[in-house]
Order: sequence, then C-alpha cells, then structure tokens
Amino acid sequence: MLTVKGLNTEYPSQKGPPVKAAQDVTFEVPAGKFFTLLGPSGCGKTTTLRSIAGLERPVGGEIVVNGRTVYSSEKKIFIPPNQRNFGMVFQSYAIWPHMTVFANAAFPLEVRKTKMTAQEIREKVMRVLSAVALEQYADREATKLSGGQQQRLALARALVMEPELLLLDEPLSNLDAKLRDRMRFELKRIQRELGLTTIYVTHDQGEALALSHEIAVMNEGRIVQVGTPREIYEHPRTKFVADFIGTTNFIDGTVLGMDTATGRWNVRTPAGDMLVHAVQTLAPNMAVTVSIRPEDVEVFEEAAPAGSGLNTTSGMVDQKVFLGDFVDFQIKIGEFTLLSRAHPSMRTPIGDKIHVRMNPEKCVAIPDISSARNAA
Amino acid sequence: MASVENISGNLQTGDQPVVKADPKWAIMGGVVSIVAWLALVPLVFLIYQSFRTPGTARKPAIWTLGNYFEAYSSPDTLLLFANSVQFAAGTAILALVVGTALAWMTERTNTPLKPLFYALSIIPLIIPGILFVVSWIFLASPKIGLINLALQNLLGTDKVYVDIYSMAGMIWVDGLHYAPIAFLLMTAAFRAMDPSLEESAMMSGASMWGIFRRITLKLAFPAVAASFLILFVRSIESFEVPALLGLPVGIQVFTSAIYDAIHSYPSNIGLAAAYAITLLVITMGGIYFQSRITSQGGKYSTVTGKGFRPRTIDLGRWKYLTAGIFLVYALMVVILPFLVLLWSSLQKFYSVPSMEALRNVSLAAYVTIINYPSVGTAVWNSFILSIGSATTVMVLTAVVCWIVLRTKIRGRFLLDQLASIPLVLPGLVMGLAIMVCYLTIGGGIYGTIWILFIAYVTRFLPYGMRYNTTSMVQLHKELEESAAMSGASWFTSFWRIVLPLLKPGLLAGWIYIVIVSVRELSSSILLYSPGTEVVSIVIWEMWQNGQYVELSAFGVMLIATLFVFVMTAQWIGKRFGVKET
Repeated sequence: MLTVKGLNTEYPSQKGPPVKAAQDVTFEVPAGKFFTLLGPSGCGKTTTLRSIAGLERPVGGEIVVNGRTVYSSEKKIFIPPNQRNFGMVFQSYAIWPHMTVFANAAFPLEVRKTKMTAQEIREKVMRVLSAVALEQYADREATKLSGGQQQRLALARALVMEPELLLLDEPLSNLDAKLRDRMRFELKRIQRELGLTTIYVTHDQGEALALSHEIAVMNEGRIVQVGTPREIYEHPRTKFVADFIGTTNFIDGTVLGMDTATGRWNVRTPAGDMLVHAVQTLAPNMAVTVSIRPEDVEVFEEAAPAGSGLNTTSGMVDQKVFLGDFVDFQIKIGEFTLLSRAHPSMRTPIGDKIHVRMNPEKCVAIPDISSARNAA
Repeated sequence: MASVENISGNLQTGDQPVVKADPKWAIMGGVVSIVAWLALVPLVFLIYQSFRTPGTARKPAIWTLGNYFEAYSSPDTLLLFANSVQFAAGTAILALVVGTALAWMTERTNTPLKPLFYALSIIPLIIPGILFVVSWIFLASPKIGLINLALQNLLGTDKVYVDIYSMAGMIWVDGLHYAPIAFLLMTAAFRAMDPSLEESAMMSGASMWGIFRRITLKLAFPAVAASFLILFVRSIESFEVPALLGLPVGIQVFTSAIYDAIHSYPSNIGLAAAYAITLLVITMGGIYFQSRITSQGGKYSTVTGKGFRPRTIDLGRWKYLTAGIFLVYALMVVILPFLVLLWSSLQKFYSVPSMEALRNVSLAAYVTIINYPSVGTAVWNSFILSIGSATTVMVLTAVVCWIVLRTKIRGRFLLDQLASIPLVLPGLVMGLAIMVCYLTIGGGIYGTIWILFIAYVTRFLPYGMRYNTTSMVQLHKELEESAAMSGASWFTSFWRIVLPLLKPGLLAGWIYIVIVSVRELSSSILLYSPGTEVVSIVIWEMWQNGQYVELSAFGVMLIATLFVFVMTAQWIGKRFGVKET
C-alpha cells in the first residue's frame, strides 16, 4: 500500500551545511493497517509524515502509494499535496475559524476538480459528520466547538474526501488526559470500520502502543526498530527503545555464557547473576545492558516461591512512592537500585528487607553497541 | 510551509503527466515586478537627475556635479543642515516626552478619564497636518493669534507673548502633531513589558519614581530609542510646518529648500534632487539605526508571550494632576485647534472672538465651499485615490507578505526590504522622484490622476506591509496546509482561506491608508495639475490665497467626514469582521 524507500530530508541552516532531518527512512505499510511513527521531538517523524503528505520536499528517496509514485528523486517526480488525495489531521487541527462546521467539512469536496452537486456534497458531509457525532452542530461556527469536537471535525474533513491514506500528526496532543483516552478508542474504531491505511505520528508511547498495528521507533532521523507494539515493548533492540517506551531498569552486565538447562544467557550484574532473554546472539564476555520493566520486578515480603529458572534475589526498601493504582519501590541490592512497580496492597516499610523475583523472559539483554560491533 | 516545497524547487515534470502552468507564478511574478518598479525606478531617476544640468530648448541637459557643488559650497547649506537637525531633534524629543508620559499614565497608573482619553487619542490622527498648522497659526501668530490677543486684553499691553513663526513655534506645533504617534509607539512598548518586573522592584522597596526611572525606563530603552529615531525621521520629512511657519520668516530646512528650488524661477530640479539625496541619506541612517536597535532588543526581551493584565500604580491624590495633564493635552491637540477652525469658519471675514463678532456668525463660508469650483473635483479625486490606493496597497502587500513569510524562495527577504524602501523617502522626495521619473520616460502619466495614484501606492506600501505582516505571522501555517491537503490549489487557498482570515488586519490597514491618503500633501504638491487637485491641495491653495474663512469651513467639514468614516469603518469591522479566534 504505502512504501517509503530511502527517504532523506534536509533543512537549510543559517550557516554551514544543511541540517539532516530524516535519514534513509524505509518502511512499508500494508493496506488497512494503522502504522505509527514514534519518537522524541526532533527525531524526524513529523518530517517523514510531511514528506508523505507532500508538504515538504525530500532530497532523496521514493514514496509510492497504491502503485502511484508520489515522490521519487530518481525519476524526478513530485506530486504537489493538493493532487495527492491524502487526508491529514494536523496537530493544531487547523479548523478554519471563518467557516461553519459544515463549510469546513465541505471544503475538500468543493475545491476538487470533479464537480459535485450541492446535494451530493450535503449528503456526503452529513454522513461523515454523523460518523464523528457532529451532525447536530453542522451550522455552528467552527470556533464555538470544544477542543475534542474540533479534533473530530478535523478528522471529518480528512475523511470526507475518501482519502487513499490518512495522515495524523499528533492529533491527540492538545486534548486533556480524559478526552485523549476517549478519542483514542474513537480513532481506533473509525479506522477499523473504514479500513483506512493510517500513518500516525506521536511522541506518546502509550498512544502508540494502544492504537497501532505496527510501530516504527525513530531517533535522530533514523528508524531504530519496527515491530508490533508487543515486540517493541517486550523485546526492545536498543537501549534507546527500551528507555523511550515506558519506564525500565537498566542493569549493566557481562555475559557469562549460555545456560544449557534453560536455553537462557547467564549475565553477571551488580544485582547478582541472572538469566536473561536476548533477541540478538550474544557471546561470553560481551558487555550488555539488561532491561527489565518495573512491573516485571515482583516483590515479596517472605522469601519468594522459587520457580524453576526464575531470577530471585533480595534487597532493602530504600524509597517508596504511593501512586494510587500502584506503588513504586526503590530497592537497594548491594550498591544497585532497582525500581519495582507493585500492587498498592504491598506495604513493606522503608528499611525493611524485601524479596525480588524476575522472569528471565522479561529480562532483555541488549548488547552495547561497541561490543556488539566487536563481536560481529 | 504549505505549498512552499513545491515552490522552492522548480517543478520538474519528468515522465509525470504534464503539469499545467500554475497561475500562482503569474500572480507572484506580477506582484514582485510591480513592487520592484514602484520602489526602485523613481529612486534611480532621482539620483540620475541630481547629476544633470537643467535642460532648456537651447541647451540640452548634460552630466554635472554642479548641483552638489551648488548645494554644498554655499554657507547657507550648513545653516540648512543645522536648522533641519535642530527642528527634527526638538520635535522628536517633545513628541517623545509627551507621548511617553501619556502612555505611562494610561498603561500603568489609575488616572481617571482613561477610556475617554483612548477614544480621544485617535482623533489627532485624522486631522490633516496642514489644518493643524493653520489652526495653531490662528491660535499663536503674533498678529492674529488668539492667545496673544487674549493675554494682551487681559494684561492691557500690546506685547507679543508667543510667536509661532519661530523655531520654537515650529517644534511646538510639529511636536504636538507627532505626540499621538509617540503615544501609540510607547503604549505598545509598555504593553509588551512584563509588569512583574516592576512589581518585583516594588517588593524590593523601590519608590514609584525610582521604579519608573530605574526599571521601567531602562527596560523601555530600546523602544524609546527606536521611537525617537522614527519621530526624528518623520519630523525631518515633514513639510507642512516648515512651509507654513518657517518659510515666511526665512527659517529653511531641507524639505522647504527642496520646495523652494522647484518653485523658484527657473525651477532648479537638479539642485532639489541634490538636497533630496542628502535628506534621503539622513532618513536612511535613521531607519537603519532604528531597525538595528529593534532587532537587538533581544537582551531586553520583555515580551514573554503570556497574557498579562498589568496592575496599575495607585497615584493617590496625584491622579488629579495626571488627569489634568490629559485635559491640557486634549485641549492643545484636539479641542483648541478644532474650536478655532470652527470659529473662523462661522465668520464672514477672519476676526477675533468678541461679542461683536458673535453677532456676525454666519454659514456663508460653508455655502461658498459647496459652490467653490475646485472643491467638488478635489473631493472626488481624494475619494477615488484614497479608496483605490488603500485597496491596491493591501492586496499587493498581502501577496508580498505571503511570499516573504510562507515560501522558501531565495532572496525573499530582499523583497521585504524592497517594499520597505518607500519608508525612507520623505513625501516631498518621493514626489520629486516620481515627477522626474515620469517626466523623463513620458507615457502620458504625468499630469493625470494616475501619477498621484502611483505616488500614494508607493508611499503607503510599507504601511500595508506592516499591517499584513502582523496579521500573517499570527496565521498558523497549518490552516493553509490543511487546505492544500484538501486538494485546494494555491489560488483557492489564498482566496478562500488566507485573505478571509487576514480580514481584520486588512481592514485596519485599509482604513489607515485611506486616512493618510486623504491627508497626503507633500507628494501631491509636486504632482498635481489643474483638474487633479486633492483636498489637501485645495486647503494649501486657499491658504496661499488668504481665504482663511473658506479654508476653515472646508477643514471642519473634512475633519467631520473623516471622523464619521473612521467610526463607521470601525463599527462595520466589529459587526462583520472575523471573530477573534
């Protein structure tokens, strides 16, 4: 459906060479899927989206949608945004304040080359407005809508043109937390019902995990990992991905060797020796970082029931923070501090001994870049 | 940058289906050429003329440095320069002191009558300069000035107390005339200043005067310096005051010297051009330093972008003093000048207010004006010219601003500079440049109303730029980008999205340009010919003819009309303008 190949973009800078934004960005999105570009600000995700939209002109690469090349540096093709027929929802919604709700949604149909009758336009617009539950506001001034309603109107305007591709640029970031949760479900429902191929840009990992079929995590202009939400969360390939997606404990260690009984790798860390899972192939004496999510660090007041092949150790409660639906413990194991997220019923006082259990499946070893290169 | 990317590079078609020529290129190219022509060509001709001898039937014009030699060899030139600087600096300081004090009082104190004062502050802007000068002659001339006569009656002497025909008089009148501009500039500066900076000084125990002197004024320094330069440039350009008050007693400044050189016989356009170039260098210097100061204001960056409602300082009993200052100012700038015009318009012959004169009150002058031969033509010309040039300027500069702010075209900043060039051209110099230009290239424009139209459009381009830039930077670029994503062409998105959203700014700029076009005298005076007079020219001619009573009647009608126009336009703007978002 959408293929982006070797996309490179640049910004002219005041002095010196142009600044590189997206670098060698390559990915593919099958029809009907929800694909998310996720990364911190300045990682090139928005530039990538805007290049797909045609609002920005890349310096190299190729973008093909449904077999139609909309950009290719080699073939010297650049189709302007107004001829691409992609729907886009902007971060600021970009609702035109001098028009009514209806006029906003009708605009794409009015300006297109193939003329439609007023009746046809009316029917289409009302259908799409009712899909986003705005039909009763059709004649209202667009500025009189609330934030959430404006956001739905922006979506309606993008949908009314029956786009080949739906592009969403952080559409939820201007909403308050409650509304954002609701719109998240709404967005997923509409996307699924219409079967629209959707490209979504966000810096919010929660949103990305909740909405996407597939996520591309970007950093410094490059895609660092592509995968399903579960793959990205549970098996991050780099420290950056592990750190960016959710909270995690990083434990530096050295590979001791393969544990033949369990098929796991044995790693020596400041929190003791542990069995870990690895996506990449490891080798003895390799420096690795073990990433483990706080919710995967189980804590017990009594000695943990030792399951086969589970990592167990014990430490001392150094600090704890009650957060309502869970409680965070900082546990000192020797010199090392481990963060654990536990059920709020856990009430171990500060200074007391506490037992820890970690499933090796959840302890992911990520080779340090330098030593990984040496090994390879 | 919506459609920017497809603008920035030339669209290569390659094996793509043929791309139709986009009309936006034609529109943008056309606009750029018009602006370049308007801003540059007359200037080139002016410089050219300053190196030419006057051509006559017997002797064709040749290249010469004689104009500059004549202009600078004479010891009078030194005096001219000294007079100009003294006049401009004096005016700027007076206007700035008055304007700053008023701005501080309205923005930062609890002075009573503030709302009234705001309403009043726009009125001086609609009084044409020439009427303001004339009314002050009625008030303070040694022979017929009301102030002198009143004091003489009161004290039983025939001493002359105030003489408007002097350097001090010139500075007084022009300073008062520019005080409203200083007020507006300084009000904006005070509004942009975070009051918490002053409040923290207050918490540190500083006195009110200490805060004003050590915090407020220091923070406002870039604004004060920039405003001073703007006012200096404005007053060195001003023509009405030096012409009406300076020339009769032989105090010459550059503008009046230029006028003299053209209107002496035989007229010496080369010499006028040489003076004009000197004046141009001075104003360019002023504007250059002003923009330097403004752009370096960063370290004083007092604008934080969050909305704050300044807490005003409680003046206690002193607030009656500041309210009194308001009233005196209003009296000097609006009430007295208008009343004296009204008074003299109701007389048959100009006379001093007295019981006897009161018995002679008549509307004869108004009847004369309505039947006056050139008034009808002039009013019609001014009407057409002001509406036409305001509309042209606003549409032209909207496109220019769009190119400057929204595209990545190389050299777009040059375009901005280009459209701002007329800012450094004094009206008289502009008139001279345009006169020389269209006399030389011919084309039958000189002597028609079109030459005035060209002059007005050129002169007011920078105003259009300012109004459009201010509103366009507030326009989120995603509003245009979403139009492009909806499939709209550049023209559709400009016409249906950009222009409607700019409407409040466009309207405000349009009103302003209509008013300044009606007031315009210094360019028109070199460019009009019989049949193409405008209202300010008619007033000028009446003054030269000594028709004071008719002039006053016409002035009163003009001020009333402009007042009604501004009020109506603002009402329409509020009623039908785009709601703030």
